[in-house]
Parts: sequence; structure tokens; C-alpha cells
Amino acid sequence: MSQDGSDKKGQPMERHFQKEIESLKTSLIKMGSLVEENFRLSVQAVQELNIAWAQKVIDTDERVDAMEIEIDNAVIDLLALQQPVARDLRFIIAAQKINNDMERISDHAVNIAQAAITLAKLSTSDLFNEIPQMMNIARQMLKDAVDSFILLDAHAAKTVLETDDRIDEFNRTVSRRVIQYVKENPELIECGLEFSRISRNIERVADLSTNIAEEVIFLTQARIVKHHADDKVDANKEKLHLN
Amino acid sequence: MQENITKEIFMTTNVQVPAFVPPMIENVHKIETKNLNAFFGKTQALKTISLSIAQNKATAIIGPSGCGKSTFLRCLNRMHEVAGGTMNGTILLDGKNILDYDPVNLRRRVGMVFQKPNPFPTMSIFDNVAAGLRLNGVREKNHIAETVERSLQQAALWNEVKDSLGKSGISLSGGQQQRLCIARALAVSPEVLLMDEPASALDPISTAKIEELVYELKKNYTIIIVTHNMQQAARVSDYTAFFYMGELIEYDVTKKIFTMPSNKQTEDYVTGRFG
Amino acid sequence: MNEFSSKIFYWRKAKSTLMTSLSLLSVIVAVVPLFLIFFYTLLQGVSAINIDFFVQMPKPVGETGGGMANALVGTGILLGLGSIIGLPISIMAGIYLAENENAAFAKIVRFLTDVLSGIPSIVVGVVAYMLVVIPMKQFSAIAGGVALGILMIPTATRTTEEMIKLVPNVFREGALALGIPRWKATLRIILPTALKGITTGVLLAIARAAGETAPLIFTALGNRFWSTDIAHPMASLTVFIFDYAKAPFDDWNRQAWGAAFVLIVLIFIVNISFRFITRDRYAGKHN
Repeated sequence: MSQDGSDKKGQPMERHFQKEIESLKTSLIKMGSLVEENFRLSVQAVQELNIAWAQKVIDTDERVDAMEIEIDNAVIDLLALQQPVARDLRFIIAAQKINNDMERISDHAVNIAQAAITLAKLSTSDLFNEIPQMMNIARQMLKDAVDSFILLDAHAAKTVLETDDRIDEFNRTVSRRVIQYVKENPELIECGLEFSRISRNIERVADLSTNIAEEVIFLTQARIVKHHADDKVDANKEKLHLN
Repeated sequence: MQENITKEIFMTTNVQVPAFVPPMIENVHKIETKNLNAFFGKTQALKTISLSIAQNKATAIIGPSGCGKSTFLRCLNRMHEVAGGTMNGTILLDGKNILDYDPVNLRRRVGMVFQKPNPFPTMSIFDNVAAGLRLNGVREKNHIAETVERSLQQAALWNEVKDSLGKSGISLSGGQQQRLCIARALAVSPEVLLMDEPASALDPISTAKIEELVYELKKNYTIIIVTHNMQQAARVSDYTAFFYMGELIEYDVTKKIFTMPSNKQTEDYVTGRFG
Repeated sequence: MNEFSSKIFYWRKAKSTLMTSLSLLSVIVAVVPLFLIFFYTLLQGVSAINIDFFVQMPKPVGETGGGMANALVGTGILLGLGSIIGLPISIMAGIYLAENENAAFAKIVRFLTDVLSGIPSIVVGVVAYMLVVIPMKQFSAIAGGVALGILMIPTATRTTEEMIKLVPNVFREGALALGIPRWKATLRIILPTALKGITTGVLLAIARAAGETAPLIFTALGNRFWSTDIAHPMASLTVFIFDYAKAPFDDWNRQAWGAAFVLIVLIFIVNISFRFITRDRYAGKHN
């Protein structure tokens, strides 16, 4: 607050804890970039079978873990000391959940990197073509989820929710193909398992990106959209003429 | 280690600390009290209070009505004696016993803002802020004018009153009057500012302004603020002391008091279970 | 039930009306003497009041007409002297008493002041006679001033003390908390705040002194001629009334009534003025 304690008529006064909320948002955005980058790198490590990159992904995860703890502490501070309400409260709660989601995304990226290392050591050149497709979609979903948070854009968040089904479909396809693959080439069972593992972890990243998108919708529209609760809620509201 | 702290927060704490041990504060100790006792006649209002106030930080004192927090504040600038009370024990300001100071000089170094705004009624806004200077012998007009402007800016009141400095001090609104009193206290350049429930007589917007002010002022002044509103203490202070029935129950970094207090009484108080 | 309660209601109403009427009656009875005095003196003295009354000197015995100009001026001078002698002491004493409520000495002073206010004014006049007239070997306005000053002390002191005590303690604390020495805080902050109240006390004291006759007879004596010499006898309104009222001349008696009426009006004006001054007191001004 500057020398002027007065506010122009109607404009809200800036309070110091708003700076703390801004700084929380900045931390989350940084973490988002880091996690996005780490996932991208893990995907490339698989495609190029590059052990050095895979190792970098594993190392970077430590930083992500440290950031998660930092943000956790900031959230507790804000809740305990500033008694936020309304949009500030929704933001802080969303921030807490997004924080945890992103840390887990990074963990899945580590799993993918470890699969990349194993595949590199097996020097295999097959790679189900579904996997690169899945990787691209998941990358896009993660990017959109993080962007929707930065821009507080509920529409962008919604597209993420809609894309999730495609990944699930791909994951099921990969599972079927792996069974086929192993039946035909029993000695390549280790590769098969790694493909399976990679597919599962990409599906989890997509899921977590969906979670982030749901948080963004909660934050911007104060609606809870988890688990398709929306449809039921709308039906009830119609009954009570609340819509 | 941070991980451990995070996990511990979610465990309920029911730790009874048998003997109170003041925390290590890695700052300069501006004020220190040792075994301070205060009386009103035969009634003992404070019992062996020992704590250190960090320099250029805001320290809040919370507790239910009648716990002695205002009395404690008034001991620090020897206003307790003015009200007819007695005290014994040691109070050090920058390491020197305040009883060795002339009370008048002490109060120039340790200023006070009261619960009810009290601008002098016969004086204009300008004269109110200048009162501390003029009545202590300062004469040069330029110096006084500069100090008045600077103090009003520090109190976030300058822009609202700069064109009407000649108006009576009591023509302002409650929140403005309180900021005027803060400017008045700052004009004599104290090192410590004691605030006795400064916002409790004000509306929420004025209260918010005062809180922001404390946040700014603590960069340059040591602030001790008594408040019955513990959320206010949580918002503005770095350290918090919890008093109950004249005793110091717990004193720690504010975050700890409001997330993991060591003492059950403290926890009961801040969670609103009593007081 | 309904019938019962309406009976009670009417009985209550009747009682209330009765009491209200009694109170009103009492008020009228209390105020009647004031009106009687006012109108009677007006009636008796109006014939004597004209411009000459205020600007001319008393005429020699036997001649009609003339005025009380010297008495008016004399009263003014005597009150002025009395103020100079009595008020500074009173105000300082009042400050002392207000600041030292519990000191043993303060309690003694307070008690003595109250005793002083009960002493008959004629006794005060005799004391002033002994203290001033005898050494000076002369009746004088100075002696009159001393007598009036002494008479002003009890009222002015107690009012000053009360008015200073009425200043809310927060201002005292606020001043002390700024590191202002106690005496300066009292003088430069508390006193100005109490000033309006103290002024009323002062005016009250002066009004009381303006009505005194007996002490002036022993000290200023009176003077039929124009004089502003304070080392010699001086005329005053009250002594003028005294002299002219007991004289055997009708004309003089009428002038006495006239002077009495003027005195009443002057005191009345003083009373109205300090009601006016006190209406604006700071106590009601906090937001």
C-alpha cells in the first residue's frame, strides 16, 4: 500500500496477502512448466531411446518434489494466517490439489523414463505406433490443462475433459496388442511389459491432467464437476426450478 | 525435515509443555522483560512475564479480556504508573533498564496508539501531528512541516488531508482519526510503537487499512500490538504471545501458534473453544 | 380480563396526569419570584430609565434627573480589579486540585475553599477593610477589588477543577504517551480543552461578585463624582442602589429601582451568554 490509504471510489484496496497469493500462483506456474518439460523429455527419451535424457528426467523429479513441499507450506500459511474466503479460498484449495497432481505427473514421467532406459538396454526398435500418438495427445492435454490454469480459462479446461476418453481407448488397444505381441514373440516379453507400462503411465498423466482441468473449472465457476456429478446436479436443480 | 513438519501438521497435537521456555529468536532483542510483575494495589495483573521482543518485527499479544495484555503494554512505556499501578522486575530497552530512563524520554522512544482515537480536540490536523515536536521544544517551521508531511504519509493519511491541514482534528472519520493519532505518534520518531487494540473501535475497511499500515510500518519500527481479534494477530504479526490470567502461556512465531501450538490452552483459545 | 385491565389503565393514566400537573405547578411556583422581581423592578424603575440615566453623573441633592454613569463605570473597574486579583489564583488552584486529587494538601485546600464560599460577604468586606483600607488610610477601589477577588475564589476554583477533571483521560494519556512532560501536557493540552468550561466558571464568579453590596461599603465606599482613580473611593451600581433606595427623595428612589432593573438585566445577559458558550462543548463531538 502506498502513501495513499484512500481508495478511489469502489476500487478494492490491495492487501499484502494478495501478493502472497500472486506468488503462490507464480510458483505453481513454474512448477507446471517444469512438469510439462519433464514429461516431454520422458516421451522423447522413449522415442529416441536416449538414456541420458531419461536420467535427466529422473533427476529433475527431485526438484519437482521440493517445489511441492514449498507450495504445500505456502498453502498452509495462507489458510492459517489469512482466513481467505470466496475466490481466494477456491484458488488456494485448487492450488493445493493441482500441486499434488503435478507432482504425481512428474512421478509418472519418471516411470516412463525408467521404461525408456530398459528399452534402450534391450535395443529394441519396435514401438507400437499407438504409443507416440498417445504421447502427443497426453502432452497436449497436459499443456492445455496448465494453460487453462494460467489463464483461468474454463473452456480450455473443458476440452481437456473431453479428450480423456481417447486416451483411455488407446490404452485398451495397447493392452490388447501387447498380449498379441507376446504370444507371437515370447522372447520379447520384457519389451511387451515395458510398452504396457509406458501406456499405463501415459494414461495416468492424462487422468491427472483431467483432474487439473476439473480444479480449474471449480475455481472459475465455483462448480464441482468431478465424477460427472454435473448431470445429477442439473437434474436436481431442474426439479427445484433453480436453473 | 520440511516433509516431517508438513506431515505432522495433520496430526492432532495434544502436547502439554510443562515449563515454558521462550523460543530462540534470531533477531536483535529490542525489548526484554524478565520476571515482570504488575499490580493494581493488591491485585496482581501480571505474573513473572519474561519475553523478548524482536526489533523491526510485529509482535502480537492475544488473550481473553482481563488477561493483562494491555497492562503489559503500559508497563513498557511506564504508563502503568501513571494510572496508579506498580510493577517490579526488569524491563530492558536496547539492553538498558527503562527504570533508569526519564519516563518522558522513554516515551519519546516508545510511542503509543490507543484503542479509542484521541486527537486533541482544540488542535487542527497539522497541530495535532506537530504537537509532540512543538511541545518538546522544536521550533523550526520547515523541519516541523516536513516531519508532519512525512508522518502523515507514513500513516497513509497524507493524500486525504493534505489540502485541509487546518481543519479540526476531530472533524475526521473514526478511521482517519486513528491514522492521525498514528501519524502523531510517528512524528516524534520513536523506535517502538505500542498499539493497544488500535482497530477495535473501527469499521472493517478502516481496520483493514490499519492492518496494512502495521505491515508497512514494521519495516522501520518495532511494533507490539495488543488485539482481542486473533485473526488480526494472525494476519499482521511475525510473533505472537498468548496471555491468560496475567501469565504468559506461549510465545512463538505466529505461524506456529496458529498451526501447531505447543500448549493445549493456546490451542483451545485460538480454535475458539474459550475466551 | 379486558375490563379489568382497562380500569387499571385509566387509573394509571390519572395518576400520571396528577403527578405531571403537580410538577408543573411546582415549576411555576419556583419561577414566579423571578418574574415578580423582574416585572416589579421594571414597573417601578422604568420611568427613570433614559439615555441620561446611563451617561450622566448624579445630580446634587434637590435636583431631579441625572444618571449613574459613574456607578456603571465603577462597577466595571471594580470587577476588573477583582478579576485580576482573584482569577489567576483561582485558576491555578483549580489546576492544582484537578491534577492532585488524592494528595492530603489538596484535600485541605478543597475543604478550605468550600468554607470560604460559605463566609458572609460582609465579613469578607471587613477583612479587606483591615487589610487594605487601614494601611492605606483610605477607602479605595483597590480594597474593593480585593474584597471582590476573594469572593470570586471559591466559585472559580471549584469550577476550574471540575472542568479540568471533565476532560476525558484519553487526552491526558495521549499527551503523556508522546513524551510530553506532565506540566506541559496540563497547560498546553488539557487547559485549552477545558477552556470553555473554565470560562463559564469565571463568568459565574464575576456575576456573583457583581451583585455584592456589603463588602463594597467597607472598601470602595462609593463616590458621587466621576472618578477612575483606583486609590480612592469608587462608585458602584450596588452601592448606588443602596444609597438611593434609602434616601427620602422620590426621584432618587425611582432611580434606585431603575438601577436595580439594569443590574438584573446585566446579570441576566451574563447568564444567557454562558449558556450560549457552553452549548458547543467538545464532549459531544466525537464521531
